[in-house]
Amino acid sequence: MTTWTGWLTVALLVIPTLGAAGLFVLHKPTESALKAYGVIVSGAALLPAAALALTFDYGDAAAIQHELNAPWIPGLDLRFHLGVDGISLPLVVLTALLTFLCFVYLLGARAVGRRRELVFALLVLDIGMIGTFLALDLLLFFVFFEVVLIPMYFVIAIWGGPRRRAAAVKFILYTLLGSVVLLLGLLLIWSQTGTLDIVALAGAHGAGLPRGVQIVAFIAVGVGLAVKTPMWPLHTWLPDAHTEAPTVGSVLLAGVLLKMGTYGFARIAIPVLPDGAHAVAPWLGAFAVVGIVYGALACLAQRDLKRMIAYSSVGHMGFVLLGFATLTPVGINAALFGNIAHGLITGLLFFLAGAIKDRYGTADMSALGGGMLGRLPYLGSLLTFACIASLGLPGLAGFWGEMLALLGAFQPAPGLSRPLFLVFMAVGGLGTLLTAAYFLVMLSRVTHGSPGPLVPTDGTDVRKYEYSAWVPLVLLILLFGLWPKALLSITDPAVQTLLGAR
Amino acid sequence: MIVVAALAVLLPFLGAVGGLLGPRSVRWAAWVAVVPAAVSAVLAAWLAIGRARVSGTLTLIETGSLPISVGLDVTELSALTGVLATVVALAVQVYSVGYMRYERRYRSYSAFISLFTSAMLLVVYAADLIVLYVGWEIMGLCSYLLIGHWWEDRANSRAAVKAFLVTRLGDVGFLFGIFVLGFGAGSFRIDDIITRFPEMSPATLTVGTLLLLAGVAGKSAQAPLHTWLPDAMAGPTPISALIHAATMVAAGIFVVARLFPVFAAAPGTLTVLGAMAALGMLGAALAALAQDDLKRVLAYSTISQLAIMAGALAARDADAAIFHLLTHGAFKALLFLCAGLVIHRVATNLMSGMGGLRRVMPITFATMTVGFAALMGLPPASGFFSKDAALAAMGEAARGGVLNTIFYGTALLTVAVTGAYATRAWLRTFFGPPAVTADDHHTGEGPATMLWPVVVLAVPALLLGFAVLTPPHLGTAVLSVALSLLGAGVVYAVWRRDRVRDPARLLGPLRVPFERAFYVDTVYSTLFVRPVWALARLVVRTDDTVVDGAVRGSGRTAQGMSGLLRFAQNGNAQVYVSGLLAGLLVIVIGAVVLG
Repeated sequence: MTTWTGWLTVALLVIPTLGAAGLFVLHKPTESALKAYGVIVSGAALLPAAALALTFDYGDAAAIQHELNAPWIPGLDLRFHLGVDGISLPLVVLTALLTFLCFVYLLGARAVGRRRELVFALLVLDIGMIGTFLALDLLLFFVFFEVVLIPMYFVIAIWGGPRRRAAAVKFILYTLLGSVVLLLGLLLIWSQTGTLDIVALAGAHGAGLPRGVQIVAFIAVGVGLAVKTPMWPLHTWLPDAHTEAPTVGSVLLAGVLLKMGTYGFARIAIPVLPDGAHAVAPWLGAFAVVGIVYGALACLAQRDLKRMIAYSSVGHMGFVLLGFATLTPVGINAALFGNIAHGLITGLLFFLAGAIKDRYGTADMSALGGGMLGRLPYLGSLLTFACIASLGLPGLAGFWGEMLALLGAFQPAPGLSRPLFLVFMAVGGLGTLLTAAYFLVMLSRVTHGSPGPLVPTDGTDVRKYEYSAWVPLVLLILLFGLWPKALLSITDPAVQTLLGAR
Repeated sequence: MIVVAALAVLLPFLGAVGGLLGPRSVRWAAWVAVVPAAVSAVLAAWLAIGRARVSGTLTLIETGSLPISVGLDVTELSALTGVLATVVALAVQVYSVGYMRYERRYRSYSAFISLFTSAMLLVVYAADLIVLYVGWEIMGLCSYLLIGHWWEDRANSRAAVKAFLVTRLGDVGFLFGIFVLGFGAGSFRIDDIITRFPEMSPATLTVGTLLLLAGVAGKSAQAPLHTWLPDAMAGPTPISALIHAATMVAAGIFVVARLFPVFAAAPGTLTVLGAMAALGMLGAALAALAQDDLKRVLAYSTISQLAIMAGALAARDADAAIFHLLTHGAFKALLFLCAGLVIHRVATNLMSGMGGLRRVMPITFATMTVGFAALMGLPPASGFFSKDAALAAMGEAARGGVLNTIFYGTALLTVAVTGAYATRAWLRTFFGPPAVTADDHHTGEGPATMLWPVVVLAVPALLLGFAVLTPPHLGTAVLSVALSLLGAGVVYAVWRRDRVRDPARLLGPLRVPFERAFYVDTVYSTLFVRPVWALARLVVRTDDTVVDGAVRGSGRTAQGMSGLLRFAQNGNAQVYVSGLLAGLLVIVIGAVVLG
């Protein structure tokens, strides 16, 4: 079971842990030393992620690789079981990359109070996020899932905007409530099957679990994950958290934290509870498409740039959930593709929104006025690029997830009502139109027109450290957009196995 | 050979990358814009002359459902359309060096044209409908970026957004149409769909083609999705020539022709297409008659001419439609580039600011006259032959039913109106007393880089008709020329009486509705745009008061409940003891009564 390369997965967790611990050893570090420290540690954590991607056997993407399986708490039969397959590998790499880029971005950010604490919080966050995607034991998954909450709470509550306290409290209470339900669902699975091993549970395809139990467990697990995703109408913690969070917090929140919710569907809810998924899928699909249209409409009337991007996540995650709801290989591929694309694109969008807020001192669209393409042409162009990627233009990463989700809805899994899913598809199609509408209206307001009265306090266009944080994202958006096979060829075999199709 | 096709697609793309990321010099930008376009034009011509069908697949993308095959397939139709796209693109790139080089943003402008050329070639050469869709949408993006080129002006920005959204509305249908036909045939490959359509049910065919038609209507600016095109004239004139007259708007017609066997098997769809075409061709021609903006005249004329192609397709003659597509591409690009020369000189788009230009701009006058003659369908210009072929096809179909007869009648009426509006524009621009121009630093006709493409395009606009060796159909030819001259004659008669005033006054009370294109924009705004905004505001309010209100409410409830519980925990020993005693009393009574 445990392969010799299992240490790579451990390294992914150990490096940020040691890095976080090392912060206590440093005696009164200077600002610049802390900047360098963050980049070095997260860069070092990126190395095993890269090694993982390089040594991954792409011919056998469905199998769990780089596995580590050791007893953790023998009395409770809990195991420290880690590994990657085609479903988790892209997310692990994305997480390590985004964390690294956040530290790169922090290199240039102006005086940040309590920088040592910020570095610590982000490193702990990194452990939780990576661990969630590596865990192959239900309880271990849950532990990592929860580890993430606390540093994120502090990131919002300490380094956030003027109304950060309320936003942070809402964030933690809401997601903790979701976690309680999730834990109950996981324990229900455990009590019925007697194992917490995700690989074994997924391999059984729900054998030994009565249909009623599966439905209850799926609803419990699903609600817990849906809060994190977030699914309409459980999304209201998100806009506040995003608006108040500092730039790096927003980037990681949108880029990685939301993915933990959707990843749970692909890793646990759907493979372990196939009958439950089948029964609940129409509801999931319905909530998903309502979220798509609702999120888009909410964006259309938004005044704050960061809040608008936050609501756009509700819509995009709607496409991801719609993909899951179809229970088809293509739909789940779409969801996984959409996950990565959204992480890259919305991560970039939040970086840009943060840069705009830094320069103008506000993210309110009517206050920003217009003419950004004239005042800050490179920043304006990058914003245009990111928005166009986010509205799902073919040739950029955002398209494939949405298109394939709609394709999945066109022909849902056998047993699901086809007419119902055709309606979902049509509503989703309408959603793509509304998505285009709000992004273009926003671009028109902010980047076009003659410059307004508000002069940026800092009139320099994109800086070097900003380029270094953003260009990798731009390149990946182009790569996955022009060559979707790069991602689909990894996820597809794993998805086929997960659904028991092969 | 497949490498040739792939290179033709890739070179302009690389040109776009080089233009955007390369050194910040206009000279470099101009070179990386013109050279790839020229090489692509040569390669496209080579493919067309070779006449051998070239196809190849680079890879198959497994999606978990139907796979996507990344490949190219150059049929004869594709090769011809590819030549049109690259030749016009090359002409526009060369012309733009003169027209736009003093623009601050020439680099991005020329790069977007290169990107557009690449996307158009991808559409034309694609072997798979999903690959075609990728190019199709990128064209839409380029159109958006180029219409909004002068984004300082809010009106241009609005026009760009409108163009993108209206075409995207159609494209949603287009994508679903691809799904329907793809699943019907079990493959997204165009070739497979064409060979396997007999296995599909009539319902599948009709639904699939109707959905595709939505995208076609959006891209080719056909009623009811035509409203974006006149506004798209906000972009620089060379863009109007390239994207909004000759190539992108022709893509819709091209797609129908490419999948023609499938459309031909769905008679219901063809009837809808015919009705859309009839409505569009006459309505747009009438709107063109009342516009004062020269570019808007040409824009409405484009809608009308594209509708004639659609009419020919509905009459089951794809060859006639493509023939008109090619000649229209040449003469409409010519007309726009000439209009650009005129606008460059007089610094206004409005015909009321022009007049008497034939003496000062003899080359423009001669070439634009060729363009107008082709538009009116006068022999020997190319438009005569192609319009004749389209009309003959519609006349042939008219024998088959009342509806088709109505379509044919509308087409003939359109020919007369076309004669009228083309003559009006020609007279208002080049004849009559010269208008006073505010901006007089442009003397002469314009730089050589602008004149050469015009002269070169005038050749196919005049002679392309002879390339197809089918003789004109005598009956329809005489009829259409007579109708066209009739329309021209009426306008001329009105104009002669007063050479300053606009002959459109002839329309009387109809003039304003025609100029406003029958108020379609107003209707759409009332029916769709404003309700969506209202709904959006409602959602924001609901989200705050109801959805989040419930969350906050549950938080307050919890606090309130804990407040109630707190009363019991106030630290007063007397209260605790009283409670204890009261509890004991209740238990005792309970035990006595129940026991």
